[in-house]
Amino acid sequence: MARMHRRSRENLGLETLLVMTTLPARLQTWWTILRIALAERLVYRGDFALGTLMRFLPIVTQIFLWFAVFQARGQPTLAGYSYQDFVAYYLLTMLARAFSSMPGLASGIAAQIRSGEIKKFLIQPVDLLGFLLLCRVAHKLAYYSVAALPFALVFFLCRDYFPGWPDAVTLAAGVASLVLAFLLGFFLEAAMGLIGFWWLEVSSLLFVYMLLSFFLSGHMFPLDMLPGRWQTAVHLTPLMYLAYFPAAVLLGKVQGLALAQGLAIQAGWVLGMIALARWLWARGTRHYSAFGG
Amino acid sequence: MQHVAVYLRVLGTFARNSLIRNMMFRANFLVECLSSITWTLMNLGFYLLIFRYTQSIGAGTGWGQWEFFAFLATTMLINSLVQTLFMPNCEDISDLIRTGGLDFALLKPIDTQFLISLEKIDWSSLANFFAGLVLLGVSLVQMATRPHDPLVLHAWMVLLYPFYVLCGVAMLYSLMISLSATSIWLGQNRSLYDFWFYITNFSRYPMEIYQGRWGTPLRRFCTFIVPVLLVVNVPARIIARPVAPHGETVWPLAALALVATVVSLLVSRWIFLAALRSYRSASS
Repeated sequence: MARMHRRSRENLGLETLLVMTTLPARLQTWWTILRIALAERLVYRGDFALGTLMRFLPIVTQIFLWFAVFQARGQPTLAGYSYQDFVAYYLLTMLARAFSSMPGLASGIAAQIRSGEIKKFLIQPVDLLGFLLLCRVAHKLAYYSVAALPFALVFFLCRDYFPGWPDAVTLAAGVASLVLAFLLGFFLEAAMGLIGFWWLEVSSLLFVYMLLSFFLSGHMFPLDMLPGRWQTAVHLTPLMYLAYFPAAVLLGKVQGLALAQGLAIQAGWVLGMIALARWLWARGTRHYSAFGG
Repeated sequence: MQHVAVYLRVLGTFARNSLIRNMMFRANFLVECLSSITWTLMNLGFYLLIFRYTQSIGAGTGWGQWEFFAFLATTMLINSLVQTLFMPNCEDISDLIRTGGLDFALLKPIDTQFLISLEKIDWSSLANFFAGLVLLGVSLVQMATRPHDPLVLHAWMVLLYPFYVLCGVAMLYSLMISLSATSIWLGQNRSLYDFWFYITNFSRYPMEIYQGRWGTPLRRFCTFIVPVLLVVNVPARIIARPVAPHGETVWPLAALALVATVVSLLVSRWIFLAALRSYRSASS
């Protein structure tokens, strides 16, 4: 990650960086950053496509496991989900996580703080969070353009497990919650990386985050399975909006008022995390004492 | 015999050196132990949640909660042994090949496969081994003391269990060293390493869950071709469910596991030697 940023920034050239005060110039900078990052990501497209297909393999085991559980239960539904819903749910959380997971973002930021590389952003008129966000968008666009094929293949093979195409409202809400999941994942991880201004090393924090999201984001099982008290706890964290919520929306499990409410809360978390990341950046750069060379 | 003694002494030195290295960063060591145990607890939580909704994994398979937890404990024992002994080494093999570091290993007057498979021992991974022992103990006590259909532990079960755990470790090791050795041909084995992770994923559940149009061929493939399903299933059946509810005993599978262990060790040895023959030093 860090190497990628360094290279992109060198490619940008100083001229582009200096002419940034007007909006068209700013847009052009963003476009340049996006294009370079996109080109870089597409270098490894073969590995990407194979890796994406591979990532469905663990789901195969989960699907067999749930089949065995349903068979032993002898009842058509579990926590309101049929067996078909379970399969569809797993595939949809894969989709949600393709939007919300940000491999290497927080650790990359912390590494830049530790190595002193972050001070470039203090001198250059490029905003760190904006720059990283554009890189992520490019990364994701490149990823989707390659991963779309394996995803489409798997979804097509499993089409019988889905209740059919969702209606327009559900689909629109689902897409909105996917985009929000991307933003939430980005700013949440960026905020954790920025804590590196105080802690230098955030890997222990990231470990706790990984542990919590293993259970609370819902990518291991539909959160509706949790007993009552846990349900309340889960609804108090932003983690469920990273995987569970978009998947449940696309499955049609959340509708009407609950859907509007859920989207509003998700958007609220995004705004909260943007504010937190901005605040941490502002405080952190004041606290920063430029380690490394 | 003297040969074996020399290898054992070298292994002892590897273990001591690794322990010294681990103990240089004691806090880090403790954190690693704790974090791997926490992961395990999280997994346990997931299965506890599943058993809130069902009596057993699969209808009439006999894998109730405590049987399955004994199965899970077996998975932990086997995986932690593989991670302690072989994982840190096999991870490095592709680096050894890319940087030409393998030259040094080839020059040493000791079997190359032995040297590069066991040089580093990650003691912190043993934390999960002890966690597995505890879970196994608890599960066995629960099964032995329940009023309905209690488990009767025979001497042969207690004797054969550790033996088949070691067989499982040997099978996983064979798979791992074979995949690592292919990086001599391919130069890079990043996705192969992922492949290893994904394929061992299949070994984590009782083999009965793989059934039906897709499951049966998958089960046969993972039993007879790449025997990952035998790794945990055989020892777990021996200790927790030697006879299935419908009367099937563990013996045919146990015999197969024995054959599979020997064959996979031989095949992996052959793959490793074949790969070594086409090694051309990479650096300078």
